Amino acid sequence: MKPVFLKSRNGQILLPLLLLPFWFLIYHYLQPFTNYLVYNAFGMTKGTQLADALWFFLFEFPKVMLLLTLIIFFVGIIRTFFTPERTRKALEGRKTFTGNVMAASLGIVTPFCSCSAIPLFLGFVESGVPLGVTFSFLIAAPMINEVAIILLYGMFGWKVAVIYVGTGLAIAITAGWVIGILKLEKWVEPWVYETHLGNSGLADETLIFTKRIKLGYEAVREIVGKVWVYVALGILVGAGAHGYVPEAFMASLMGKSVWYSIPLSIIIGIPLYSNAAGIVPIVSVLIEKGASLGTALAFMMSVIGLSLPEMIILRKVLKMPLILTFIGIVGLGIMIVGYLFNYIF
Amino acid sequence: MNIKVLGTGCANCKSLEKATYSAVAELGIDASIEKVEDITKIMAYGIMRTPGLVIDEKVVLSGRIPGMTELKEIISKSV
Repeated sequence: MKPVFLKSRNGQILLPLLLLPFWFLIYHYLQPFTNYLVYNAFGMTKGTQLADALWFFLFEFPKVMLLLTLIIFFVGIIRTFFTPERTRKALEGRKTFTGNVMAASLGIVTPFCSCSAIPLFLGFVESGVPLGVTFSFLIAAPMINEVAIILLYGMFGWKVAVIYVGTGLAIAITAGWVIGILKLEKWVEPWVYETHLGNSGLADETLIFTKRIKLGYEAVREIVGKVWVYVALGILVGAGAHGYVPEAFMASLMGKSVWYSIPLSIIIGIPLYSNAAGIVPIVSVLIEKGASLGTALAFMMSVIGLSLPEMIILRKVLKMPLILTFIGIVGLGIMIVGYLFNYIF
Repeated sequence: MNIKVLGTGCANCKSLEKATYSAVAELGIDASIEKVEDITKIMAYGIMRTPGLVIDEKVVLSGRIPGMTELKEIISKSV
C-alpha cells in the first residue's frame, strides 16, 4: 500500500526530497559500478578498444541523464517565474546597452523553443522592444540554455561551463548592440509592423508552489523525453571515437597551430544542426583527440547558435540582408572567442 | 463549442492538436476543432508561445502541452 502522504499535495514536495538521496547514491557509485560491470562482470580487459568504448558509454550516458533530470527539474521550477510575457514587459522601451544586457541574461532563464521564435519576435517588436535588444535575446536564448550548461559541467567541469556562459553572453550582448546601432529596421519585413497584437486575456497567474513543482516534473518529462535520443547518439559517437580513433588525430585538423581551423569549424557548424545535448559529447571527444578548446568551443557555438533551420524560420520576418548581417556579426563574435581561448589556454 | 489549436506547424503544436481530439472524444463533448496556422491570426490572440489553445475565442493555454487530465479539466470547465 502506498503511504497516503505521497498522494496528498505535500507529497509533490516530499517525493523529490525522498528521491534525492537515491540520486546521490547512484551518482556517487556510478563509476565503481561501471568499472565492476565492464571489467569484472563482462570480463573485458582494461585498455582494449572495445572495453574503452563500452565503458565510456555505460558511464557517461547515465551520468549525463542523472544530471539532466535533476537540474531540469529545478530549472523547470525557476522558469515558472520567468514567462516571455514578463520578459517582454521588462524589456519594453529599454534603451540600447542596458536593454541588451538584460535581454541576453533573461534569454538564459526564459523558456524558449526555436519553434516559437516568430511569435516571440513579433510580440517583442510590436510592444516596442528595440530590434537590437530583441536580437540579444534571440541569440542568447538558444545558445545558452540549461542543457548546454549541465552537459558542459558534466563533461568538462565548471570552468568550461562558466567560460561558455560568459562568452555566450558577451556575444549576445555585443551582437545585439551592434545591430541596434546599425538601425536595420528597414530589413524587417514590413508586415511585421502592421501585425496587430491582440490581448490574450490570460491572467498573469500567481502559481501556488505545488503547481510550480508540477511544472518542474512536466519540464523533466518534456525535455528529457525529447533530448535523451540526442544524448544517446552523441555519446555513442563519442564512445566510438574514444575507443577507436587514435590520440591526437584531431590535432592536425582542429589543433591550435592550424590558424584557419576556427573559421572553418564555424562555417561547417552552420548547416549542421543539433541541440546542445547531441553536440557536447562529440565536442568532448574532439578535445580529447587533440582539438584545441577554442576551436572546439567555436564549433559548438556555431552548431547551436547559428542554425540553418532557425534562419529559415526567421526569414519569414527578416529580409535576407538582415539574416546575413546577423550570421556575420555572431560568427565574428564566435571567431574572436575561439582565437581568444586558443591564445589563453 | 469551438476549439482552436494555434501553432505554426511545429511538433508540439501537432501533439496538442492530437491530444485535443482525443480529450474531446473521451469527454464526449460536441465540439468543432480547428487548427490555426496563419501567424497573423495567431498573433491576434496575443500569445507569444506556441502551441496555444483557444476555446470559444478565449485563450486558455499557451506555450506548453498539458497532461491529458489537465487538458480534459480545461475543456470541461469551458462547457
